[in-house]
Order: sequence, then structure tokens, then C-alpha cells
Amino acid sequence: MGASMSRLGVVGVFLAAALLCLPLADMTVASHDPWAALARMGRGFLTPDFSALEQISRAVAQTLAFAIAGVALGGMAGLCLAPFYRLRAVRGLAIGLRSVHELFWALMLLQVFGISVWSGVLAIALPYAGIFAKVLSEIMDEADPRPAAWLGPRADPLTRFLWTRMPLARPQMVNYALYRLECGLRSSAVLGFIGLPTLGFQLDSFFRQGEYGAAGAVMAIYIALIATVRLWMRPRLVILWLGAAALMLATVQAPPMGQGALWRFLSDIVPAPLRQGDPAGVVPWLWHLLDGAILPGLMATLVVAQLALILAGAVAFLGQALIVPRVAGRAGAAAGHLLLVILRSFPEYMLAYLFLQVFGPSMLPAILALGLHNGAIIGHLLGRQAAALTLRPDAPRGLTLWGWEIVPRLFGSFLALCLYRWEIIIRESAIMGILGIATLGFYLDSAIGELRIDRAVAILAATGLVTIGVDALSRAIRARLGAASLRMSGSRQAVRARQATGC
Amino acid sequence: MQLLDGVDLGYGGIAVLQDVRLSVAPGERLALLGRSGSGKSTLLAALMDAILARDLRVALVPQDAALVPQLNALRNVLMGRLDDHSAFYNLRTLIRPRRVDRDAALDALDQVGLVPEAGRAVEGLSGGQKQRVALARALHRGGDVILGDEPLSAVDPRQAEALAKIIRGAFPTAVLALHDVAIARAFATRVIGLRNGVILFDLPVADLDAARIEALYGR
Repeated sequence: MGASMSRLGVVGVFLAAALLCLPLADMTVASHDPWAALARMGRGFLTPDFSALEQISRAVAQTLAFAIAGVALGGMAGLCLAPFYRLRAVRGLAIGLRSVHELFWALMLLQVFGISVWSGVLAIALPYAGIFAKVLSEIMDEADPRPAAWLGPRADPLTRFLWTRMPLARPQMVNYALYRLECGLRSSAVLGFIGLPTLGFQLDSFFRQGEYGAAGAVMAIYIALIATVRLWMRPRLVILWLGAAALMLATVQAPPMGQGALWRFLSDIVPAPLRQGDPAGVVPWLWHLLDGAILPGLMATLVVAQLALILAGAVAFLGQALIVPRVAGRAGAAAGHLLLVILRSFPEYMLAYLFLQVFGPSMLPAILALGLHNGAIIGHLLGRQAAALTLRPDAPRGLTLWGWEIVPRLFGSFLALCLYRWEIIIRESAIMGILGIATLGFYLDSAIGELRIDRAVAILAATGLVTIGVDALSRAIRARLGAASLRMSGSRQAVRARQATGC
Repeated sequence: MQLLDGVDLGYGGIAVLQDVRLSVAPGERLALLGRSGSGKSTLLAALMDAILARDLRVALVPQDAALVPQLNALRNVLMGRLDDHSAFYNLRTLIRPRRVDRDAALDALDQVGLVPEAGRAVEGLSGGQKQRVALARALHRGGDVILGDEPLSAVDPRQAEALAKIIRGAFPTAVLALHDVAIARAFATRVIGLRNGVILFDLPVADLDAARIEALYGR
């Protein structure tokens, strides 16, 4: 398909939009001595202190347990939904489940279950079920249809599924489940920041006590855990891990919730004027909500996301050849790999939390975190593509290769990946509000804090709508650029596209 | 039985074969000859539909084998009879086949000489072995008719001859697309020559002479 939009034109529009956002962005450095804070933190990370081993290992075990249980539950639910994904009701359910971020799910679930196992497990399992349903159905659609056709018209659907689709799709499904487990480990750790007993909680309490060495130890263990997922999680050991996770979760002590928490939550969802029998009051209620929370929150979300997108693009553009030995040299490529792995491993939210400790509260920590993390993901995917390019034997090296071969050849992929990440950056920008930056998550969090669940749900719906809108816009731009072809046939391409839109 | 009567066959609106009339009598063995792209596969696909519409049992050996590479040879053979059983029965077979089913499938594998490979995943087998698994699946299925699209293309000539004999013994009626004229002569009762989407000849195998073969394959 021919391109009806110029690539450089699109880049220009996005840059111009970012310039317009710049005056609206609050980028002040609020802490009085960021460099000292950075030095303290850096020293802590370089000399990790493992003496608080008992606390740390307990937090690690809980993080693992929540991740394994949540991903397993979400995966099973998604697997049951996947064969029926063509049905509109199932598709709608899946879209609804995954359009709400894990942290938002957790904030809502905390109202029903309190700080309990179910809040954490369901916060991961519910959105992941929606994602699994979509991806597993895609994987099964991509499987070779010929054996199923051979069975003829009389074979029943279950037999057709179990004998042909399932074995053909199994390797890709296992692969994707492992990738999702990596995502689940990130989600699980981040849930700690809102009170569940995982790594985020431990990190937060170490920072509050100024124990940077112990925080450094948490980080080191966390990176090691994510980098080695494929070593310790084997299909044969799944049952064992599930049993261990269940045992671990059974030790979580939850403060009891009052009677009827679920019922109270459900009745609180109904907009206040309706609950008080004043249907005419809904319009002012909604207007107040729009004016006082949704519009300012949306504005801040879009500003943070736009600037973060440009930063991510810049990081990826410069870093795309960082892991190619022909450009960076052998040692440089190894160092580039390490840098990108570290930036990719940390969830945006955790990075933003760290930057917040350094720079104090403003949009700056969120923009930096989102830009670096997403830039590293795009850079990594592009780097793998660059390493697979077949170059002529006398091709140049170093910067010349980067500028003359890699950049022009991968520019289409670069734009497509940035557009894919755009939607994710918007979602995550909204989430950053929980850290105190005035994006949509901030207004959502404070609505929940005031126990005004009706307002929280309305803000949540607005967040979902914005995400869906940006997703549609990104898809339209990709189609006009002729860059939608990232989703080509071939399982490797498909895997890459899934990671581009994944965690 | 009159199977096709004056139809245009093809895909996507483009007719590959035009105005085809074909009847196959029970007990006949047809060989389809012709260069690749001459319309053999299209004709076979149409025959498949026509046979299914008449509620006859048909065993198919497609050109690409259409096996499930991750399952072992035995289970791929067992697939031949899945539509005879309930979903629950098939689930049990997938987990652990019953003795009688296992023996029947092993018997089919024995006929193509693959019993030692029964437990191996099909993805690890050679091209010729895969083709024999597909043939064993058709033998296990059994039926009124076998339809095969180059079912012997990847096995060596002597084996092909033996397998053709087995097919002849197992199915009363057969339609096979073949690339080897000698095997076609030995196997078939009737040959159909296709060239560029047109049926060039349709005659008893005894009437197949060198001139006709030259007309079929020559420049």
C-alpha cells in the first residue's frame, strides 16, 4: 500500500505538538539539592546492602507469588475466552478488562477486598485475562489451518481445537506466557507502591528510612529475577511454582474488611445524584467532574505523554544501533545491551518513583521515566532488527553505518514502534498521577481517597476512552504511513509486534 | 456415479478448469496426469466436495500432508477416525489411546513401514516419512474413495510401487494425481490428462500411448 502521509511530516507534527506542550509542562526541580540525592542513590546502588536479607527475600517471594498466581489465573481465563474471541460479547469483555491498568484495578479492588491476596491477584489477573484472550486467539488464528480442514466437516469443534489448533499453537503460547510472566513480575512489584506486600512496598520503606544500600539490593535482585525468568520458569515446573505461590500467598495477613464491602462498593459506583434520587442533578455533577478533574487531568496526561513520546523517540533514534557491534564496537554493544536491559526491566512507575526521590514532585520525573523506559524498548527492538540486516561485505562501520544504512532502512519501523508505544505512554502517564503528578491518575486516586467511588469510575471511563481514541488515531496514522505492516505474517514478526505493544 | 457435470472450477473467480464433466464408477482407479499448474489439485478439491455432498466416506492425502508436526506419528494416524467419535472419546484418545485404536493405527503404520517411528513427533521426520504418515492416516480412516494429490512424490520408486499396491488393496475406488507415468500405468484403470486447465484426454489405461504423453508434457 502506498503511503499517503510523509514520514518526516508526521515527525514534524509530533515535534510541533511537543513544542506547544512545553510551556504547559511543570518541569521545575523541586528538591533543593538533586545532585546530592542522586549521588546518595548512586552510592546505594553501587554498594548494595544485603543485610536486611529476611525482609528482602520475603518481599521477593511475595512478588513472585502474586505474579505467578495473577498470570496463571489471567492466562487460564484468557485461554477459555480465546476460542470465542470472535463473539462480540467476549471481545467487548476482553477490551473492557484490559483497558483498565493493573494499578487502577488494584485501587478499585482495595475498596472491596482491602489489603488482601485477592486484591493483588485479581489486579493482575483481570487485565491480563483480556490481553491473553486477544493474543492467544491471534496465535491460534495464525496456526496452520490445513490439519483442521483435513478433519472434515463432521468433526466436533472441541476435537478440532484439541487435536489440531492447540498443538500447533502451543510453542508460541508458551513463549507468550513467559513474556507475560515478565510483565507480571513488573506489575506485581509496582503493586507494592499502593500497599500490597511486594518489592515496591519494601523499596518505598527503605527509601523512607534513607537506607539506600538496602534499596540498591532490592533493585539488584529485581533485575536478576526478571533477566532469568526463562531459566527458572520451565513448563515442567509450573505445578511446583503454582503450589509454592499458593503457600506463600496463604501467609499474607489481611486486615479484615467490614461486612458488605462489596455491596457498599457497588452502590457507591452509582453517581451520587442518582443515589440521592435527584436525576436532574447528574448534569451539574458531571460538569463539575469534567471541569474540576477530567479536563485538567487529561490536559496534564497529554502534556506528559507528548513530551515523553518525543524523549522516547530521541532515545530510540540515537540508541537503535547501540547494540550493533558493527556500530558500537564489541565492548560498546555489550554495554549498550546492559543499559537497555536495565532501563527496560524497571517498570516506568518504579523509575518515576526513583526520579521523584531525586528531582522532587513535578512532571519531570514522569517524563524522564516514560521516555527512558519506552525509548529503551523501542531501541532494543530496532537494534535486534538492525543486527539482522544483511549488509554488503564492504559496508561502512560506526557512525557512518548508523547514518547511511541503519537509520534510513529502519525509519519506517522506528515510526511504527513509536506510534505503537504512544498509546502505552498515554496509559502510563495517567497512572503516574498516583505518584502525585496531576495527571488523570491523581484525580482518580484522590476521588478514591475521599470514598467518592462514583467519581473514580467516571474518571476511569474517561481514561479508557482517551486510550481507545489514541489507539485509533495511532492506527490511522500507521495505515496512512504504510507503516502498519509491522504486523506481517511470520511468527517472528508477530512476536515483535506483540512486544511492541506489551509491557 | 456422476460427480461433476459441466462446472467451471477455480478460485477467486478465475476459472482454472472450464466446463468439466466427470463421472467415476465404483471400483475405478483414476490417475490424473499433467504438469504442475495444469489443474490437478483444483479438480481434486472439486471431487472432494462432490463426494462429501453424496455422503460417501472419503480419505484424503493432501499434497502438503497437513499433519500436526508437534504430535507424534501415531496420533497423526489416529486423527483419521476422529469424526467417528464423540469429543470426550477423542479427548481420551489424545491423552491415552485405547488398546484397539492403538493397534489399528499401528497396523496402518506397519503397512507404510513406520512402526519404529510411531512415537516420534512428526516435525522430526523426513519428507518421505511425513508423506507415509499422511498415507497411513488415510489407510486408518478407510472409506469408499481415496483422493490423493501426489501422495507418492517424496518416496523412492520401489517404495512408491509397493505403496500404490497397498492403496489399491485398501480402497475400492481411487483418484490420485501422479507425476510418474509408470506408476500410473501400473496403478490405474483409467487416466485423465490435464494441460493448461483443459482435459486433454480421458481414457482406459491401456490406450495411453507415447504420443499422448508427449502431448501432455512436451513443449
